[in-house]
Amino acid sequence: MTETVPAQRDASMALQKKILGEHYHALAQAPETGAKTAYTFVPGNLTELIRSFDMLPVLPEINALQSGMRKQSGDFVREAEKLGHSEDVCTYVKCDIGMLKGGNIGPTGEHIPDPDLLLLSYTGCFTFMKWFELLKQEYDCEIAMLHVPYQGGGEITQEMVDYIVRQLEESVIPKLEKVTGKSFDEDAVSERLALSAQAEEDFVYVLESAKHRPSPIDGYFGGVFYIGPIFSAFRGTQAGIDYYQALRSEVDARIAAGKGPVTPAGEVTDERYRLVVEGPPNWTHFREFWKMFYEENAVCVASTYTKVGGLYDRGFRHDPSKPLESLARYCLGCYTNLNLPQRVDLISDYVREYSADGFLINSVKSCNSFSAGQLVILREVEERTGVPGGFIESDLVDPRYFSAANIKNRLESYLQMIEQRRQPVGATG
Amino acid sequence: MASTVEELVARAEALALDVDLTGVAAWKEADPARRVVGYLPVFVPIEIITAAGMHPVGIIGGTDQVEIIRGDAYFQSYICHIPRSVVELGLSGRLDVCDGFLFPSTCDVIRNMSGIWKLEFPDKYVKYVDVPQNFDPEIGGNWWRHEITSLRADLEKLGEIEITDESMWTAIALHDENRRLLRNLYDLRSERPWLAPTSEVYLMQRAGLVLPVQEHNELLREYTEAATNSDRPLMDNSRIVLAGAFCEQPPLGLLRTLERAGCWIVDDDLLLGPRMITEPIIDPEGPVGDPVDALVKAFLDKAAAASFIYIDEKVKGAELADMVDKRQAEGVIFAAPSFCDPALLDRPMLARALDERGISHISMKYSENTGQFQTIREQAGTFADALKLWSDA
Ligand code: SF4
Ligand code: SF4
Repeated sequence: MTETVPAQRDASMALQKKILGEHYHALAQAPETGAKTAYTFVPGNLTELIRSFDMLPVLPEINALQSGMRKQSGDFVREAEKLGHSEDVCTYVKCDIGMLKGGNIGPTGEHIPDPDLLLLSYTGCFTFMKWFELLKQEYDCEIAMLHVPYQGGGEITQEMVDYIVRQLEESVIPKLEKVTGKSFDEDAVSERLALSAQAEEDFVYVLESAKHRPSPIDGYFGGVFYIGPIFSAFRGTQAGIDYYQALRSEVDARIAAGKGPVTPAGEVTDERYRLVVEGPPNWTHFREFWKMFYEENAVCVASTYTKVGGLYDRGFRHDPSKPLESLARYCLGCYTNLNLPQRVDLISDYVREYSADGFLINSVKSCNSFSAGQLVILREVEERTGVPGGFIESDLVDPRYFSAANIKNRLESYLQMIEQRRQPVGATG
Repeated sequence: MASTVEELVARAEALALDVDLTGVAAWKEADPARRVVGYLPVFVPIEIITAAGMHPVGIIGGTDQVEIIRGDAYFQSYICHIPRSVVELGLSGRLDVCDGFLFPSTCDVIRNMSGIWKLEFPDKYVKYVDVPQNFDPEIGGNWWRHEITSLRADLEKLGEIEITDESMWTAIALHDENRRLLRNLYDLRSERPWLAPTSEVYLMQRAGLVLPVQEHNELLREYTEAATNSDRPLMDNSRIVLAGAFCEQPPLGLLRTLERAGCWIVDDDLLLGPRMITEPIIDPEGPVGDPVDALVKAFLDKAAAASFIYIDEKVKGAELADMVDKRQAEGVIFAAPSFCDPALLDRPMLARALDERGISHISMKYSENTGQFQTIREQAGTFADALKLWSDA
């Protein structure tokens, strides 16, 4: 992910940097090449469908997190607040609005073109709807809404799938056709879905490699890089397949050599704590945040954030034989579209499957979708798994809400608590 | 003898402040077969609950009366106040009278609360009600038909009863009448706000959250008549529309403060849910066809604009600006709960629409337990004076 990548030398990282760079360049060139752009969101994205119309996806959430990592988000957020946006609301939205007002310069320094279509896939978060309603006031372009019902009852029903498929057929696809002047080609979507499924296999392999001891990856801080291509513009592309193959072989090599994860400061050689993490990371102080973990030899073996773009590790694969239904099921299954009991189940399962010593919640101020209910999750998971839960607070891209000393303190006491629980019963300190 | 305005207001206030739901409990005790279904803000198809012979109860938090003891341990400080007071009500046993709970798709907080309820109150019926964001009758309409039908089936199970089409039509007629009476009352308030000020009208609405609809209709009739015939003196305040208060409710003190500061609230989105459908569901010729179809059509064609409903082809803020015109209001006060994403994310869009139509507005935040109104009083007073100055100029 451009220059914000940690100091890893792996070939897969270089490959990711290359394909992302090419994508942003293609976007910058769009006015000349005539390529059309669709702005859309990570959870419930319809990349294969978008690409089957030769459109280029733009993901404002990714732009926002990139701005966070590049230390630009603070200014963008303040700019949006000056324009009347409340200090209380999601900072991704404000970061995006601030970036737009500043000329929409992307992470590679090139201009991101205006959207030809705002593809509002409404999965797992209400703010998405408001976000694109706000953008609709800024751009004179088409907008397509895809309402993805929430798994309130804890399951995906056929009615939900049918509802989404009908919207795709009657509303989303006609908009894509209108904007591009091209006709829908179901076979082209299927071909892409087959490519997606291939990459998804390798992606899951990588995530699950963390079940090894020591874990060859960090499934949270490293994980956010691993999800990059598959959660953004590269599902259903050969570039995506190549990336996950390269990554998988690197992980295999690490397992064979008994190596721990790579961090900006080198390898973790003495895995001491295995943690499951719930919630998105902070982006404005990403390296500092990560450092607090690896300095203590704490490795995140699984995370829920790496599931916001799909729960592939629970078996979902895009299915070329039922393209639209498969896209519908994909949208329905993203992590933040799960109800709270499902989230508790998932985190508890991760704790067991990944032999974790504890689980930690990073509660971000911006995101009610993630955060509302996390304190209940904390208690429930502790009760079910018997491992200690930790709780820290920060924000996504608003640097004002990252209190390093506070977080470090909390993390250290939390790790001490894990340590104490490890003492055999009756042992004294 | 007919009750006086003061008596009716006192009765409504007692009902509105009855956080222990004693009246609802008494209703339930009268017959062991009776069931109570609570619903969170904003919009649920309340008619189904009534059609099931059950008592719908609007759960809007603890206002400023309920001390939060355990609720704060459930939500971080940057989440609005209503979920913590609702949890407090639940944990303290004040909602035990409810057999079921409906959590509509208003925002991520209420959505996630549906899961909290499943975990904390496993013996209760809990349903997340997913309002469609697609308005094609064959697509979003079908989805809504499915949601309504499944709610109907669930309540049949809960009450061990059958909900007939006939009882559905009866319930729809009762709620149509309820909405008609509320619209009438809003019209009276707009025409002669000194006769029916918001601090009273609001209590009349609030009382409806804990009364069976028939009784609420009776109260609305009595109050409207008594207020219309009262001889309260004319008072010339500034006329404002209040927007942003559709979910977590401002404390009564805030509404009274606005009035004391010289603002007549001549329209608002307070307690929007029961008023969401803006026209009668039943045609003037009487009920025809399937009652579920009628409910679906009402949502698609007759629902008020709201932050949690996708704007689609409509223009954001147009409905608010039209309301200002219709009510001959002079300005808008955005009053939103702190940390309320739907209200606060809407605000810049609404402000823009008002600016384009040259309508003045100010903005404030509150929480249901806000206790200090001095700043609000000054802000609203200055605004009211400014509006007066401009309109006199
Ligand atoms: S509220 Fe959360 S899920 Fe929604 S846009 Fe913001 S960060 Fe993303
Ligand atoms: S006050 Fe706003 S954020 Fe809070 S529950 Fe209500 S709609 Fe949601």
